[in-house]
Amino acid sequence: MDSRDKVLDKYSSKIYKNRKEHVIEIDGGEPQVIAADTRAIPGIMTNRGCCYAGCKGVVTGPLKDVVNIVHGPIGCAYYTWGTRRNKAKGDENTKDFTQYSFSTDMQETDIVFGGEKKLRQAIKEAVEIFNPECIMISSTCPVGLIGDDIHAIAAEAEKQYGIKVLAFSCEGYKGVSQSGGHHIANNGLMKYIIGTGDAEPQKYSINLLGEYNIGGDGWEVERILKRIGYHVVSVMTGDGSYADLKNAHTADLNLVQCHRSINYIAEMMKTKYGMDWIKVNFIGLESIKKSLMDIATYFGDPELLARTEAVIAEELDEIEEGMAYYKSKLDGKKAAVYVGGSRTHHYINLLKYLGVDVILAGYEFGHRDDYEGRDVIPTIKIDADSKNIESITVTKDETNYKTFHTPEKLEALKAAGVPLEKYDGLWSDISEGAIITDDFNHFETEEFLKLLKPDIFFSGIKDKFIVQKSGVPSRQLHSYDYSGPYAGFRGALNFAKDITMATYTPVWNMVQAPWKSEPTLVGSLGGME
Amino acid sequence: MLELTPKKLSDRSTLRINPIKTCQPVGAMYAALGVHQCMPHSHGSQGCCSFHRMFLTRHFKDPAIASSSSFTEGASVFGGGSNLKTAIKNIFDIYDPEIIAVHTTCLSETIGDDLNGYIQDAKVPEGKLVVHTNTPSYVGSHITGYYNMISGFIKYLSTAIGEKNGKLALFPGFVNPGDMREMKRLMKLMGTEFIMLPDTSGVLDAPMTGNYTMYPKGGTTIPDIRDLGNCELTLGLGELTSEFPADFLEKKCKVPYKTLPLPIGVENTDAFIMALNQFSKNEVPYEIEEERGQLMDILLDSHQYTNNKTVAIFGDPDTVLGMAQITLEMGMIPKYMVTGTPGAAFDRKAAALLEKFGVEGCTAKQAGDLFELHQWIKNDPVDLLIGGTHGKQVARAEDIPLVRVGFPIIDRYVHSYMPIVGYKGAIRLAELILNALMDRQDRDCEDEDLEMVM
Repeated sequence: MDSRDKVLDKYSSKIYKNRKEHVIEIDGGEPQVIAADTRAIPGIMTNRGCCYAGCKGVVTGPLKDVVNIVHGPIGCAYYTWGTRRNKAKGDENTKDFTQYSFSTDMQETDIVFGGEKKLRQAIKEAVEIFNPECIMISSTCPVGLIGDDIHAIAAEAEKQYGIKVLAFSCEGYKGVSQSGGHHIANNGLMKYIIGTGDAEPQKYSINLLGEYNIGGDGWEVERILKRIGYHVVSVMTGDGSYADLKNAHTADLNLVQCHRSINYIAEMMKTKYGMDWIKVNFIGLESIKKSLMDIATYFGDPELLARTEAVIAEELDEIEEGMAYYKSKLDGKKAAVYVGGSRTHHYINLLKYLGVDVILAGYEFGHRDDYEGRDVIPTIKIDADSKNIESITVTKDETNYKTFHTPEKLEALKAAGVPLEKYDGLWSDISEGAIITDDFNHFETEEFLKLLKPDIFFSGIKDKFIVQKSGVPSRQLHSYDYSGPYAGFRGALNFAKDITMATYTPVWNMVQAPWKSEPTLVGSLGGME
Repeated sequence: MLELTPKKLSDRSTLRINPIKTCQPVGAMYAALGVHQCMPHSHGSQGCCSFHRMFLTRHFKDPAIASSSSFTEGASVFGGGSNLKTAIKNIFDIYDPEIIAVHTTCLSETIGDDLNGYIQDAKVPEGKLVVHTNTPSYVGSHITGYYNMISGFIKYLSTAIGEKNGKLALFPGFVNPGDMREMKRLMKLMGTEFIMLPDTSGVLDAPMTGNYTMYPKGGTTIPDIRDLGNCELTLGLGELTSEFPADFLEKKCKVPYKTLPLPIGVENTDAFIMALNQFSKNEVPYEIEEERGQLMDILLDSHQYTNNKTVAIFGDPDTVLGMAQITLEMGMIPKYMVTGTPGAAFDRKAAALLEKFGVEGCTAKQAGDLFELHQWIKNDPVDLLIGGTHGKQVARAEDIPLVRVGFPIIDRYVHSYMPIVGYKGAIRLAELILNALMDRQDRDCEDEDLEMVM
C-alpha cells in the first residue's frame, strides 16, 4: 500500500470519499485531476482562512494610502494589523496607513439595530482625522446577516466628502476559503479604481500583479525591472497605492506573479483595455531568468533584450558563489511545501536549483487551474458554495483600449514560449511520485510527515511548531519567518541561507537528553559491585 | 512611524484605531487549551479559528490546536447545526480528544444557533464530552471570552457531591503558563491543596522532545474540573477576569469565593500569600519570606532609578492594574492606564489605586485604544511604556523604551515561560523596568557622563 492509501485508509468512509479526490499521487502517463476549491470538512482542522482574510487581509489591505475600515466586531481588524508582512513606505506625496488598524468595533446594539449609523460616523471621523484620498470598507460575518447596506453608505460618503469610497462585501462565510475574497477584491478594484486616473502612458510600462511585497519581495523585483529599463506603473498591491492603481490601464503589459489572487483583474484588463498579461515567477534563478526574457521578448526591442541579458548576468554573478555554497549544504534533501494559492509552485524551481526535491505539496485554496493549468478552466464547475461570489463582466473601453501587438504577433510570441494568458500550474513542475494534498489539514500533515520524513517543511505559522516539535526543520513561506526578501536574485540567496540555517542549527544535535541514550547507571546498581 | 497620528485630540466616538483588545473567542480558545486532552472548537466560519490559532501561536511560539465548524453561506442562513454535528463526529474520529470545548463567533451568535440543542443531538462517543460556551465577539473582549469558557466548563462538569475535598479552587486570571507555574509553586510551598482552571502550563510551554503530541502533558484534568464543585473556597485572581466564573461556581455549587488582584507587585502578592495562609492555616515558609526579602532588597537598592519616572501602561484590565500597582510601589507614576476591554470597574479600581498611593494627575481609561494613548503621550510624554507588542510603534514614534508585559507579545521570545506574578515575578519585572530605564540613560547621556557604576 502506498503512502497515500495508508493515510486515507484511516478516515471514515464519508471523509474518505471526500478526501480521496483532494489527495493525489503524481503518476506519469495518467492525466491528473484534483478536486479543489470545495468546502472544508467541519472539524478536520483545515489550515484555511476566510473570505475577509482574502479580500482585506491579502488584496486590499496592502494599499498604503487607503484607510481600510473593517466593519464588524474588533477581532477581524485586530488580526490583520501588521500580521501579513506586506511592506509599505509612504513619502511626502503618499500617506501610509498600513501601520494602523481601523474598525467600527461593533457592539451588541449594532447587531440588534444595525451598524449603518456607526459606519457613517466612522467614515466621518476617518475623513476628519486623516483626510485620505480613498476609504475602503470591508465587511465581516455579521454585516451581511444583519443587512447593513455598506455599498449605499460608500456611495453616499463618496459624494459627501468628494473622495473615493468603496465597499467590499467580503463576509467570512462567503465561498469556501480566502479565494472568494480575492475575487471580490478584484471586482471592486476593477470596477471603481483601475482606469480612473489620467496619467500619460510611458514607454515599456508594466503592472506587477499579485505581488504583495512580503518582506520586500516586490521592491527587489522592482529593483531588477527598473535596472533593465521598465516603467512600473502600479503594483497590485504590495506597497501599492490607490494613486498608482488608478493609472494601471496606461501600462502595456501585466505581469502576473500570484495567479490565484489576481488572474481576474488580468483577464478583465485584457478585455477592457486590450492589455496582454503573462505569467511570471520571480522566485528562483531559472524562473526569474525565464520571466525577464519573456518580458523582453514581448516588447521585442533588441536593446531591451541585450540589457536584460546583461542584468541577468551581473545579478547572477553577484550571488553565484553564495548559491553554490548553500547548494553544497542542501543537495539531496527532500522538502514538503504547503502554502496558500501560489507559493507552493513558485518555490519548486528554486528548491530544485538547490538540489532539494519537493516530495509533498499542496495549496490551501488553489483552484484546479492552479494545479492543472488554465487549460482545464472550461471544465471547472462552480459549486453551490461559491456560486454567490459575484463574477463581473467588463466590456471594451473605447477610449482607453489599445493593443500592443497584432493577433498574429501574439500567436508568434505564444509559439515562441511566451506564457501569454497561460499558466500551466503546479503539475508542470512537480516531481514524479510527489504527493499533493489540496486543502491540507492537520491529520494529513502529521501522517505524511511520519511516512515520508521530509528534511524540511515549508508552510505557515499554525503548522510551524507542530512540525518543529516533530523534529523536522520548519520554515514559514507566508511570513518568511520575518526574513526576506525571497524573490529576485538576492532573495534566492536569502532563502538559501535561511533554509541552510534552519537545517544546520546546532540545536538539532542536542534535542535528545544524554541520559536517554547513554546508560548512566552503569556500575552503580545496588548489589552489582 | 505613525506620522499620521495628529497631536490634536479629536472627538472620536466610533472609529476604533489600533485596539488594545481583541475578540472573545480567542480567550475561550486559550482557556480550553488549559484543559488536558481538550480540543477547542470554534463554531463559526473558519477564518476566526485560523486567526485565533495564529494569535496564540505567535505569542507562545508553540502549537495551538483548534477545529472549526467551517460555516458556508448556506449554513449562515439556515443554521450551523449539521456543521457542528459533523465536526463533533470528525473530531472524535480523527483527533480523539477526551473533551471538545465549543465556543461561538459573531456569526453563529448573530444567527442564533442553539448550541445546547445541537450538542444534545450530537453523537458523542461513550466516555467523551462536549461542552460549550457562548462567546459573541461584539460583547466585551478576549477577556470576556476567557471567563465565559471557564464558566462553560463549570456549567457542564462541576458538581457538588455534598462532601468537601479540602481544596482551593484557583482561577489564575488571563496570564501566561509561566505565571500559572509560579502560582502553583507558591501554593505548593504554602501547603495548599488546589485545583487550578485553566492551567496552560505544560501545554503552551511544552518541551521539545522530538515527538509532537497533540495533547501535551499539561492542562486541568476533567476529574479535577468536576471536583471544583467540592472545593472549600474559590480564589479568583484578577478581579475583572475571575469574578465571573467564581460567582458562577458559587451559584452552581455553593462554593464561596473571594477575589484578589493579580499577584503582581508586593502588596498584591502579599494578599495572595495571606489568602493562602488563611486557607491552609500553614505558616509561610522561609523560602517565600526569603523571596519577598530579596524583592524588598532589590527595590530599595535601585529606587533612585525609578523614582518619579512616569509610565504609560496598556493591556488587559487586571494586568494593567497589577502593573500600575508595582510601578507605584517602585515610586513611579502610572500617568496613563488604558485597557481596551470595556467595564467601568477598571476606572474605579485605577482611581482607588492612585488614591492609595496619593498620586494625582493620572488618567485611566477603559475601552480606550492605542491611537488615543499615543495622542496623550504626544501632548504630555512619559519615560516608559509597558504593554504588549503593539506598543512598539508608539515606543519608536516617541522614542520611549517599551517593557513588554501581557498579551500579545509576538515579537520576543522566552517571555511566556517567565512569571510576572509572585515575588519572583516582581523581581523579574523590576529587572525589566530597571534595564529599560538604565539602558536609556546610558544611551542618552553625554560621553563624559557615562557611568561605569550605577
